[in-house]
Amino acid sequence: MTYSVRSATVRFGHVLALDDVTVEVPGGSVVAVVGGDGAGKTTLLRALAGEVPLDHGTVEAPPKQRLGYLPASPGSWAALTVTQNIDFVAGIYGLAGDELTARRAELLDRSSLTPAAGRLAAQLSGGMRRKLGFIMAIVHRPALLILDEPSTGIDPVSRIDLWRMASEAAASGAAVLMSTTYLDEAERAAHLVVLDSGRVLVQGSYDQVRAGFAGVITRTDEPVRAEWAWRRGRVLHEYWPRADPAAGTTVAPDLEDIVIALSLARRNAVRS
Amino acid sequence: MTNILLRAGHVTRRFGTFTAVDDVSMQVQPGEVVGLLGANGAGKTTLIRMLLGLIAVTSGRVDLLGGPPDRERRRRLGYVPQGLGLYGDLTVRENVSFSARAYGAAEPALPPALAGYAGVLVREVPLGAQRQVAFLAALAHSPEVLVLDEPTSGVDALARAALWDTIRGQAERGAGVLVTTHYMQEAQQCDRLLLMSDGRLVAEGSEADIIGSTTAIAVSTGDWARAFAALNAAGAPVMLAGRAIRVANADPAELAGVLSAAGIEASLQPVPATISERMLMLSRQARAS
Repeated sequence: MTYSVRSATVRFGHVLALDDVTVEVPGGSVVAVVGGDGAGKTTLLRALAGEVPLDHGTVEAPPKQRLGYLPASPGSWAALTVTQNIDFVAGIYGLAGDELTARRAELLDRSSLTPAAGRLAAQLSGGMRRKLGFIMAIVHRPALLILDEPSTGIDPVSRIDLWRMASEAAASGAAVLMSTTYLDEAERAAHLVVLDSGRVLVQGSYDQVRAGFAGVITRTDEPVRAEWAWRRGRVLHEYWPRADPAAGTTVAPDLEDIVIALSLARRNAVRS
Repeated sequence: MTNILLRAGHVTRRFGTFTAVDDVSMQVQPGEVVGLLGANGAGKTTLIRMLLGLIAVTSGRVDLLGGPPDRERRRRLGYVPQGLGLYGDLTVRENVSFSARAYGAAEPALPPALAGYAGVLVREVPLGAQRQVAFLAALAHSPEVLVLDEPTSGVDALARAALWDTIRGQAERGAGVLVTTHYMQEAQQCDRLLLMSDGRLVAEGSEADIIGSTTAIAVSTGDWARAFAALNAAGAPVMLAGRAIRVANADPAELAGVLSAAGIEASLQPVPATISERMLMLSRQARAS
C-alpha cells in the first residue's frame, strides 16, 4: 500500500506553506522529509495526517485508527508515568488486557525504556521522552507512521535508537514518513524529500539524488563568484550549474553540498 | 603558555555522589574551532558551565584567558546558548543594542539579511534569523573566546553554511571557538573534536582519529526486511541505510550465525564506522562496565 500527498498546495493567510508538493510513502519503507525551519515539513506531515486541509491537491491516507502520529511537541503527558501514557493511548485504540501487557513490554524492551516504566514523563531525558512518544504513536501497529522531527535536539546515541525503531516499523510493513533537520539521517532513508520554502527542491533515493545532480562543485580558498559559494570547514565550496568551473578542485558532492547548491540555484534564479 | 585561551586541567565535578565530570583536561587555542561531542548526560554542559565560571570545580583547575573565569575575563567571552538567550519581547535592533551596551561595545550594524527585521519582535522572526541575531549580539564586543551550544540546530543547509562562515571568520581573526553539537555534519566543520562519555574525555582529535579502526558491518541481502527483523530480535544495534543494513559494534561471525539460523542469505562486510556509531559503541561499553 502506498500513501501519498499529490499536487498539494496549502496557504495560511498570505503564506504559501506548501506549493504543489507530491510525495509518496510506500509501505515497508522510510521516507525522510528534510528542510530548515519554515520549509513546510510539519505542514506536509499534517496534510498527510488529515490535520490540515489542502487548498489544492489530494491526500491518500489510511483511516485514523490505522495512522500513528508523533507531533513535534513532546507527544506525551508530563504528569503521567511512562506506562500510564502508553496504556491511555492504547485504550483509545481498543488495546487492553494481555494483548496490551505483551505489546507494552515488547515496545519498552525494544526502546530500552523498561527501567523507566514507572517514571513520570516529565522526569525523562529528552531522548527518552521522544522514544516514549514514538511508542505511543506505534502501539496500535499503524499502517502509516508519521514522525515530526523525532530526533531534533536528541543525542546521537538516542537518535540511532529512534532510527532503529523507525526501521523496525518499516521492516514490519508500515509506511513511515519522518521529518528531520539532519541531512545525514535523510541520507539513510529509502527515499528523501528536500523541502525549501514550501517546494520540493529535490527528491529520490540518495543515489538517485546524486546521479541526477547537474553541474560541478569545486573546492577553493577564493571563490570566483561569492554568491555561488559556501563554507565547508576551512575551505569554501563553489557551484557551477553549467559544469564550467573557472577555478578550484572538483569534489564529489555529498547531500549537504547538493542541497546547498540547489538552494543557491533557486535563490539566485529568483533574484535575477 | 599565555596563548591558551581556555584550559581545563584534571577537572572533576561531583553533585552529591554523582560524578558529572571526571578528571577532564582540554584546551582551546587562538584560531581553532574545537567541537565537543557526547551523549546526553555525558557531562558536556557541566564542563562548559565550569569553563564559563558559572559553577565551581570540585577539583582541578579552569583557566579562561590566563586566569580564573571571573567577571572581568568573562567580558572577553562570547556565548550563544542553545536557547539563544534573546529577549522575545524586544525587537531585533533592541536585542543587539542591549547586548552591545551590556558589554560596553559599539552597536553593530545589522547585516543585509537582518535589516528587514530591525523593528520586528524577536519572537516573530524566523528561527534562522534569530540565530543570526544571537550571533551578532555575542560577537559585537569581538570576544577572544566564543562558546556555542548547538549553533545551527533547526536551520536549513544554506543558513547553516552562512553561520559556519561567521564562526570560521571569528577563528580567522584569532578567537578560540568551542562548539558543542549533536550534529555530525557540524562536527565535521571543526578543526579538532573532543568526545565525552559518562563524564570522561574518551577520545580526541580529528574525525578519523576518533573513529580510529572501529568498523560497522554492512549487511547486503535481497530480503532486508527479514534480515532486519532477525538481527533486531537478536539484540544487535541495527540500522537501515536505504535498503542496506548497518550494524554498529557487532561480531560478524555472530551476525552471520543469526542470519543463517533464520535461513537468510546475506553478505557481510566491515565498513568504517561513523562518529555516531563510535559514540554508540563507547556508550555501550560504559554501560557494560
